[in-house]
Amino acid sequence: MLSIRNLKVSIKGKEILKGINLEVNAGEVHAIMGPNGTGKSTLAYVIAGREGYEVTEGEIIFKGRNILQLSAEERACEGLFLGFQYPVEIPGVSITNFLRTAINEQRKYHGLDPVPATEFLARMEEKKKMLELQEKLASRSVNEGFSGGEKKKNEIFQMAMLEPSLAILDETDSGLDIDALRIVATGVNKLRRPDNATIVITHYQRLLEYIVPDVVHVLFDGRIVKSGGKELALQLEEKGYEWIRNES
Amino acid sequence: MEAGIVPIIYDLKEYLKAVFAARQQEISRNDTPFVAGKRAKAFDLFAKAGFPHAALERWRGTDLSRALNHEYHTLPEPPSAELDIDAIFKCDVPHFETLLVSQLNGWYADRKKLLQVYPNGMIIGSLSAAFSKYPELINQHYGRYADDEAESLTALNTAMSQDGIFIYIPDNVTVEQNIQMVNITDFKQNLFLNTRNLVILGENSHLRLVQCDDSINHDVTFVNTVTEVKIGRNSTLDHYKLQNKDDHTTLINSMYFQQDEGSSLSTNAISLNGGMIRNLSHVTMSGAHCSADVYGLYLMDRYQHIDNQVYINHAAPECESRELFKGVLDDHASGVFNGHIKVHRDAQKTNAFQTNKNILLTDKASIDTKPFLEIYADDVKCSHGATIGQLDAEALFYIRSRGISEANAKILLMYAFAADVINKISIPELRLRMDDMVKKRLRGELSQCEQCVLNCSTHEHQKVEFKIDLSKV
Amino acid sequence: MEKDQNNILEEVTNSDYKYGFYTDIEMDMALVGLSEDTVRFISAKKNEPGWMLEFRLSAYRHWLTLTEPSWAHLHHPPIRYQDIIYYAAPKRKKELSSLDEVDPELIETFNKLGISLEEQKKLSGVAVDAVIDSVSVKTTFTDVLSKYGVIFCSFSDAVQNHPELVKQYMGSVVPSNDNFFAALNSAVFSDGSFCYIPKGVRCPVELSTYFRINAANTGQFERTLIVADEGAYVSYMEGCTAPMRDENQLHAAIVEIVAMKDAEVKYSTVQNWYPGNKKGEGGIYNFVTKRGICKGSHSKISWTQVETGSAITWKYPSVVLMGDNSVGEFYSVAVTNNFQQADTGSKMIHLGKNTKSTIISKGISAGQSNNSYRGLVKVIKRAENARNFSQCDSLLLGDKCGAHTYPYIKAENHTSIIEHEATTSKISDDQLFYCKQRGISSESAIGLIVNGYAKEVLMHLPMEFAVEAQKLLAISLEGSVG
Repeated sequence: MLSIRNLKVSIKGKEILKGINLEVNAGEVHAIMGPNGTGKSTLAYVIAGREGYEVTEGEIIFKGRNILQLSAEERACEGLFLGFQYPVEIPGVSITNFLRTAINEQRKYHGLDPVPATEFLARMEEKKKMLELQEKLASRSVNEGFSGGEKKKNEIFQMAMLEPSLAILDETDSGLDIDALRIVATGVNKLRRPDNATIVITHYQRLLEYIVPDVVHVLFDGRIVKSGGKELALQLEEKGYEWIRNES
Repeated sequence: MEAGIVPIIYDLKEYLKAVFAARQQEISRNDTPFVAGKRAKAFDLFAKAGFPHAALERWRGTDLSRALNHEYHTLPEPPSAELDIDAIFKCDVPHFETLLVSQLNGWYADRKKLLQVYPNGMIIGSLSAAFSKYPELINQHYGRYADDEAESLTALNTAMSQDGIFIYIPDNVTVEQNIQMVNITDFKQNLFLNTRNLVILGENSHLRLVQCDDSINHDVTFVNTVTEVKIGRNSTLDHYKLQNKDDHTTLINSMYFQQDEGSSLSTNAISLNGGMIRNLSHVTMSGAHCSADVYGLYLMDRYQHIDNQVYINHAAPECESRELFKGVLDDHASGVFNGHIKVHRDAQKTNAFQTNKNILLTDKASIDTKPFLEIYADDVKCSHGATIGQLDAEALFYIRSRGISEANAKILLMYAFAADVINKISIPELRLRMDDMVKKRLRGELSQCEQCVLNCSTHEHQKVEFKIDLSKV
Repeated sequence: MEKDQNNILEEVTNSDYKYGFYTDIEMDMALVGLSEDTVRFISAKKNEPGWMLEFRLSAYRHWLTLTEPSWAHLHHPPIRYQDIIYYAAPKRKKELSSLDEVDPELIETFNKLGISLEEQKKLSGVAVDAVIDSVSVKTTFTDVLSKYGVIFCSFSDAVQNHPELVKQYMGSVVPSNDNFFAALNSAVFSDGSFCYIPKGVRCPVELSTYFRINAANTGQFERTLIVADEGAYVSYMEGCTAPMRDENQLHAAIVEIVAMKDAEVKYSTVQNWYPGNKKGEGGIYNFVTKRGICKGSHSKISWTQVETGSAITWKYPSVVLMGDNSVGEFYSVAVTNNFQQADTGSKMIHLGKNTKSTIISKGISAGQSNNSYRGLVKVIKRAENARNFSQCDSLLLGDKCGAHTYPYIKAENHTSIIEHEATTSKISDDQLFYCKQRGISSESAIGLIVNGYAKEVLMHLPMEFAVEAQKLLAISLEGSVG
């Protein structure tokens, strides 16, 4: 699904990622953990194609294709989804309109006709129910005036609607209370399929009690310094990041 | 011809033209050719444009016609060389250390020593003396920032002012004392006065400047002051303008600030009394990373008129300006606020914020506010807000429900309203004093006779606190 | 990447004017130039009564004493008033009694505009008074309306058939000496619409006019008068398009609205005159005086405008709030692109007690255009408890355009509350990236965001117009779903 080889990335000449290697297969859930400022969000942005990052070395192969030359929207159309740590407010644009535009643009990319309005609305209903979301969310403007929890639930809702092959969830658990966390995690688990994959970026082990990862990676100072099973997360929780710092 | 009362329409412009023609030599007695050239050009501009009138965008709402319809004397003589300024003017504000720089009828008051050079290189003195003494500084700065084309009164000032204060702070000097400029007018007849000041800060220098306008006599006075200020690279200027003039005075106060890269300006105009006051703060940011805080407070009553004009010219990128003007208008008082922010095409990443809040206490009082934005760059954060309203009825009720009388509750709320601006004063002694004065003003205890704004509360019941020994003038 | 974004912005904002076609209909033209003779010619051509000619002549004489206003943030070469043709009417063979008799080319023109009269007549129940170059060609639904006593006809017809109403109200809101362009219009206006809603009648259909400038070098001088008598209600829509021409054409219209006690008038405009080409050549000069008066207590006038066209727009739909408890509203979206210039806003004059006004203005500037909001809120001494709220936002697309805000606020009453807010912003990179990450192209993303930005105003448009307005804002979906 995704394979990253020796990825080096700089921002304004300062190297943030210093050679990342990562293999994610279909059906897997990976967790990337690490202290603040080690490059977790940078990695997510670079995979999603955000401007302002300079890839100095390495490649990102997604579904057998190097995507570094693709624009952000092309990567999205290829099936890449980024759940934002800080979802952006777009005043006056309803979620319904936003998602319908997104789905139709993605369909256009694949040579498909726009989704009929009734079918689209039915799909929204279905996903809303699945994620136990409140009715009103859909008619509100994208993220405008949302609480932290609502914003994150909205990200998962969008993910459910767009059905990506690979979802990267950047600190989706930050700022969530335990109920919201459960809803988000349930959503992720329900959407899990043999033909898709998820990368969960998180600071704490807490989320991983709900979303059980196949592989845990520890990102430290721009490198993945340790990979292992889900027990690695527990180990981290117990010993703290100091442990990694000493080891590396 | 039928007998009757014929209104006298006095043509001040023609009078000034005649004075300028007849007494040019006298006006220009201290000029260098550079200054004389500016004068001639400026007078032509004034002669062409005449006095400002209500049809001009920047003068809508401020009608000078009554103020101009007087027979004025102009070009007062300089004080005699024997004048001992310390003997006639004392400023007695507890704990407020200032270096007092006085003007009498526009002239630098200390006639014995027209230019004083301090050990740190700072120069303070008479502008007309500086013309020939420091031609390189004059040629570089004088008349470079004031806009004679846009404001005919500024042009008139360039043409006819004879003197004023010159302050030069060299590079890398932090002036420890507060410099206090006091402009005293004392003339036995109606006086039309043009005074001109020039303040130059070099690089990495820091200055606190307090400007006071005072009058002694109660004849009709028209004061037209222009002050040009250059703030060099990475320098800071903390500037205060305090106005507590009598109702017979018309005060046109035009400040032109020019900011170089990385410089900071804070200017605060506090107008407590004055028949007709027009303050112009014209700020040009010509280098990147400048900041300008432009504040104002006006508390007017009776038939007083206050006009605050602010023009912030964002000509360079990554600068920030913040404006806050608040006013309370009582009785028949009228107010004008015109805040104009211009962001040039290249001034990307500009932050410019502007707020004007007004409280009208009677329905004879009026306010005319124009918060303008003119923006040619796209990566900017600009906002403005203007409100006109009354004291919050709910807050008033809340205070009264705690047993405070309505009158006191109102004063409390007005004081709270004004405090936003007063709290911006960064010199603690001055802030305390202004705070005190605002309270007195709101209680109606601040007499018009209390001319020196810095001196008012030290002797509560004395009418005039500072002494001028007129026999020495 | 920065460059890419600018390219995209350019693409998005560069679409060609879709309504630029020209209908070849024989025109009946007045001589070029303006003089008393021209005024007399127009009046005679329209078979007007003497009082109407007098009104025109006095306006003309006053116009001669005026000079073109120069205070707006607009720059254009001098308008040569003597080079303009002041009257052009499609030549008519005879009086028309049904749509079938209308010149087929004219019908074709409407079809290209997407306002098929037939369609509208059948489907939407909108009464259309279509105006092509100055003369009202066809009025539909007159029969239906007359059942309610509603008069909706061309201005010329009103002068002939309802002289007492025209005499009473014409010039009562915008006097012929109001301003330079109002005086010009009063002297030479060709035609327009007249609408009277009698007491207590709620007009059952939305009334609609489409203006269109067709002939070369013809100024368009429309005049609209709407009177809503006590307790009446009407929603009126005005749409404007004009074909492409290289030279600038002058358009100086007047709209007057009178709302009596408890009456409500909702006036919506979608203005899409030809804006000129990408180099800033050609386009309409649009100098319009629109004003309504809330004459009676509890009356309401609401202006909603979407301004996307014209090389120059000079327009300040206003409400004089005379009746106690009357309400004035102004909702505006103004889009300027390429070299377009707009100086537009509103005036709310509070004369009565407890009067309320709201101004919501959204300016969007792109290309090398300049977009200014200019407004006045005035509260006089006797207008106790007057309340105004104004919000004027500007959105800049690209770094070569300008966005300006010139609010004038005058208060003489201490019981009034006036609030004005304004912000200037651009579409943030974060918003764009967020949309792109969901697979939305930059072009669609900008459309989406702009539409969201303008939503507060668009929601005040009647449905028929909202759809068109959204299209004009290069948007596909907003509002139609969800």
